[in-house]
Amino acid sequence: MKKTERIIGAEAVVRSLIAEGVDVAYGYPGGAIMPIYDELYKYQDQLHHVLTRHEQGATHAAQGFARTSGRVGVAFATSGPGATNLITGIADAQIDSTPMVCITGQVASHLLGTDAFQETDVISISSPVTKWNVQVTKAEDIPAAIAKAFYIAKSGRPGPVLIDITKDAQLGELDYSYEKCTVVRSYKPIPETNIEKVKEAATLINAAKKPMIIFGQGVILGGAESELKALVEKAGIPSAWTVLGLSALATNHPLNVGMVGMHGHYGPNKLTNECDLLIAIGMRFDDRVTGDLSKYAKQAKVIHFDIDPAEVDKNVKTDVAVIGDSKDTLAKVLEFIDEKEHSSWLQEFRSFDKIEFEKVINGQLNPTKEGLTMGEVLQGINKATHDDAVIVSDVGQHQMMAVRYANFTHTRSNVTSGGLGTMGFALPAAIGAKMGAPSRHVVAIIGDGGFQMTCQELGTILQTGTAVKIVVLNNEFLGMVRQWQQLFFDKRYASTEMINPNFVKLAEAYSIPAKKIVKREDLQGAIDEMIACETSYFLEVMVEKEDNVFPMVPTGSSVSDIRLE
Amino acid sequence: MEKKLYTISVYSENNLGLLNRISTIFVKRHINIESLTVSASEIENVSRFIVVVNMTEEAVKKIIGQLEKQVEVIQAYYHTDDEIIFTETAMFKFKSDLLFENPQIQNIIKENNMNIVTVNRTFFIVEKAGRRHEIDAIYDAFAPFGIAQFVRSGRVAISKEAMNIRKILGEIVQ
Ligand SMILES: Cc1ncc(C[n+]2csc(CCOP(=O)(O)OP(=O)(O)O)c2C)c(N)n1
Repeated sequence: MKKTERIIGAEAVVRSLIAEGVDVAYGYPGGAIMPIYDELYKYQDQLHHVLTRHEQGATHAAQGFARTSGRVGVAFATSGPGATNLITGIADAQIDSTPMVCITGQVASHLLGTDAFQETDVISISSPVTKWNVQVTKAEDIPAAIAKAFYIAKSGRPGPVLIDITKDAQLGELDYSYEKCTVVRSYKPIPETNIEKVKEAATLINAAKKPMIIFGQGVILGGAESELKALVEKAGIPSAWTVLGLSALATNHPLNVGMVGMHGHYGPNKLTNECDLLIAIGMRFDDRVTGDLSKYAKQAKVIHFDIDPAEVDKNVKTDVAVIGDSKDTLAKVLEFIDEKEHSSWLQEFRSFDKIEFEKVINGQLNPTKEGLTMGEVLQGINKATHDDAVIVSDVGQHQMMAVRYANFTHTRSNVTSGGLGTMGFALPAAIGAKMGAPSRHVVAIIGDGGFQMTCQELGTILQTGTAVKIVVLNNEFLGMVRQWQQLFFDKRYASTEMINPNFVKLAEAYSIPAKKIVKREDLQGAIDEMIACETSYFLEVMVEKEDNVFPMVPTGSSVSDIRLE
Repeated sequence: MEKKLYTISVYSENNLGLLNRISTIFVKRHINIESLTVSASEIENVSRFIVVVNMTEEAVKKIIGQLEKQVEVIQAYYHTDDEIIFTETAMFKFKSDLLFENPQIQNIIKENNMNIVTVNRTFFIVEKAGRRHEIDAIYDAFAPFGIAQFVRSGRVAISKEAMNIRKILGEIVQ
């Protein structure tokens, strides 16, 4: 007989989480989840519950934690508005494949369907944005539901899972014992790799004259960074990244040729339409990456490495699909690859780099204008952190500038909302990111718009003392939207100008050391001070108001029609 | 690519919320569901969805991928009409007087080998299992006499080829 103990459902929730190795979780209490909070109080020395200032903040913090630590992020909310406030973060985690378990309280089961106080059908609401979800109405079902939730959230292509637990299930008794879940009979997290496909891929790679790799977050999620590096180096293939693939290969690697997509680099976008072989690794050909699909890499053969068979041929028709876990498939293909160099092909990338440097990058990094640029702020952060900070960016121009200009040495260092583009993501995500990687410098790069979407999380920083560095790049505009208005709507700046509060005072109200920079000569000193500071720090930098992010592939254009100005 | 009728069969765990997840996959892509049937399957606790759609093969393959991605879906298949045996059931209700006033009604019932489900003083109900076009033809024949109620089920279908669900379940469990 298994050893069991008679406890209530709420205690089983907390004990199950501890059994899964959870030592930090984010959330916000309320009526329908109070029994669980009561148990969190009891077990606080084993499981640190972080009270965020909004449930959305709890999900983003859990996401940030998951992204830097590689572990499952956990978020709690009460029923009704608590649960619906989780939805943005859950949708974000779903589209960015972030492992997260959300636990919501629900009204007692006899009240379900009666429009009871704070009843919402969170199972239906969250179904399209969760990898899996379940409602638990009996205490005895809790441990198995949590075990299954963790297994599903982190295995295969990771994603968010939601468990909705009725109040009576939290209060009911059960015979508790915990067993981790290792199999769900209808679910195959890692599809089998067909070795013939691996060999076909190798044959194409060996024959290619102008091969190009595009890697995405699948490399990071699979822990395949060293396999990627080995492949890139052995086959000598110029390698570009998607926004979420960033940091899987060091910025200064000689074969790292930059970012693809809408605000990606000139070379990899142009040469996507000139390569003879496109090797996609753990990426999903999102429309912001491909631009006009009918003019995307038509000349090239395409190999697609992915763990999710549904991604194959979804957007771009592949010649060879290698399905499986990236760590495993890349290691396998490596065996069949010839050692090669493609120096003149690499040179083509470097020639485009030169053009991009002159037309775009130089103006950002060595500005002649008086106004500060976002690029020089990122450059200052690179300098102060020796290219080794965790950069958590929000959404907008500053995000594109962050991914373009921040340098990375280690993997899992770039945390941003890629697929959903959720403004307000960065501040709470940075809190989780720091807790997931406490020994690293975590710098949030946020616009003045996005900062005001979740700036209440300064309270979470105050209460937890998390040493997050916050940089608000203030252009007094919803800059990215303003850029589009300038380029595509004849400069009609409809509702994009921002009259902002005194951000420094706001940060100081939360006891966070704060500074505002308006002059170039003060910038590096302030950044150095921020990085050297033991605690959290808030830095507002007034940047050029109407600067634009370039290069740019306008929506619906071909990637090779990328604009430099 | 040419659009065609495809019959999608989804074997899944018997779970309340799954219908929602499965229908969302179609709705999100503006795919009109011609018919949908959910029932038990030959395996205990395994449900079978039969979804009929009119689309290109390329699109239906993507749908299969999205369906199989669902944690609780065991396997999904798609078939063209010549790869399956399929049928639909229809019921027609009439006022009983009509039967005496219009002898043609009796002929239609006989010619089409329809079952009489019930007859009483006020109404009678006949049913027919068959292909969509057969049922449509019967409907057209009956229509002039005034059909009191008409209902048609979704398609049910069985594939000619084997579907190795037990084997798949066995493999995953091991
Ligand atoms: C929640 C949400 N609402 C709206 C948008 C649309 N949007 C994308 S970028 C952007 C402007 C962001 O402005 P700001 O935060 O000031 O950053 P900047 O672009 O100026 O760097 C907006 C409104 C979004 N991505 N997310």
